[in-house]
Amino acid sequence: MASLNNGVESNVTQTQPLWLLAEITYRCPLHCAFCYNPTDYADYTKNELGTDEWIKVLRDARKLGALQLGISGGEPLLRDDIEDIVVEANHLGYYSNLITSGVGLTEKRIDAFKSGGLDHIQLSMHDITEEISNFVTDTSTFKLKQKVAAMIKDRGYPMVLNVVIHRYNIGHIKEILEMAEALGADYVELANTQYYGWSLINRNQLMPTKEQIDEAEKITNEFREYIGNKMKIFFVVPDYYAERPKKCMNGWGEVFMIVTANGDVLPCHSARVLPDMNFPNVTNNDLKEIWYDSTAFNKYRGDDWMKEPCRSCSEKENDLGGCRCQAFLLSGDAEAADPICTKSPHRHLIDQALEDSKNERLQAQPIIFRTDKNSKEIIQGEHKERLKDFKALP
Amino acid sequence: MKIEHGDVYKISPHHRFQWEEAQNCYVILFPEGMVKLNPSAGEILNLVDGKNTVLDVITSLKNKFKDAGDIDKDIISMFEFALEKAWITKD
Repeated sequence: MASLNNGVESNVTQTQPLWLLAEITYRCPLHCAFCYNPTDYADYTKNELGTDEWIKVLRDARKLGALQLGISGGEPLLRDDIEDIVVEANHLGYYSNLITSGVGLTEKRIDAFKSGGLDHIQLSMHDITEEISNFVTDTSTFKLKQKVAAMIKDRGYPMVLNVVIHRYNIGHIKEILEMAEALGADYVELANTQYYGWSLINRNQLMPTKEQIDEAEKITNEFREYIGNKMKIFFVVPDYYAERPKKCMNGWGEVFMIVTANGDVLPCHSARVLPDMNFPNVTNNDLKEIWYDSTAFNKYRGDDWMKEPCRSCSEKENDLGGCRCQAFLLSGDAEAADPICTKSPHRHLIDQALEDSKNERLQAQPIIFRTDKNSKEIIQGEHKERLKDFKALP
Repeated sequence: MKIEHGDVYKISPHHRFQWEEAQNCYVILFPEGMVKLNPSAGEILNLVDGKNTVLDVITSLKNKFKDAGDIDKDIISMFEFALEKAWITKD
């Protein structure tokens, strides 16, 4: 629709939002140091969509071809209507996934999810030690997570464990994989921290060394050989040690759609940081128009928006210039090449970050945990010293 | 694993196989992933139901697509592929 389009040409594509991520609430009982949620999330905790509005989102997205549904947050279980949403998702033919910390998953609720047709549950785990698990989440949730893992397995769900990897747990990869095996995990995602939101402001404290990453990958490969098909292990390679950026979200507005707690629709998890973007909201726009015609979803579709060195780059189809958010957060220019790329004129910013992560003085700075209090302080302009290198944080 | 005519396969647990109107194809869905199937793969997996033997699938598809010629080998290799991907398991 032209009114949404603001003169940006709609690309004629075969894109379909195959993956729908419902970030159903930003409220969370955990305070993870590596959370990718925006540091100013406290501004978005109000005006959460209601159950009926979510059901409408599910229906509309399904019509557009959405198949994989992630119910995420924050902690989705803080809402008491996940059961209703699961039933509707199943009815519509989604393959649905609850992405949870496990906090709030009771016997009663998991039974309701099972009978409602939820397809799988992805549980976050943090370490094999109670000390580190509780430290990085700033909570006492280690024992509870073990209990929840057993409950998930007991209900016959595929056990999908997600472990965010950082300096505090990267030395325990083998033990983490052994724990996953003991819990009967079917899938394990070892997700090296990507630096957005809270993890970005805690980057010096979280980033492992190149040697640690290489060792972790080696151990993972050895474990894969040992375990075979019984447990699928994904090792998500961290950007900063790569020479080329990732094809972020498989391309802007190509297959991925995120609806946030208040109904804003985003092409990627952290798109909110980008400047001069007006993300449409499901309460006053049609989802189909948002996907196909909105300025926001067309802005970085394809490669028309590219500048040099991307525009004439022979590899541009491989990564589509990388991540717009990373480009903006680090260089201040959302249309620049992702600074991860060694062809980027901003690559020195990544190299500097790698150097800084070895600096003991910077490492020793306290972690700023993802709490409402810290978010409000950041919105009010505090923590300036920690934020000064990043363009998009207030 | 060798595929035998008498084997009976089903769609693996935690996987879902369904027709998708929006994509105009069969898809297979599983944790963290999905695959859009080409028409022949879709026709084959549509018959993998925990009851049909491999031979039943071959016979049924030969009857349905009479002009397709000798498709036995293609069907067997699709079974092999699906098994390797863990989309199907022996019942």
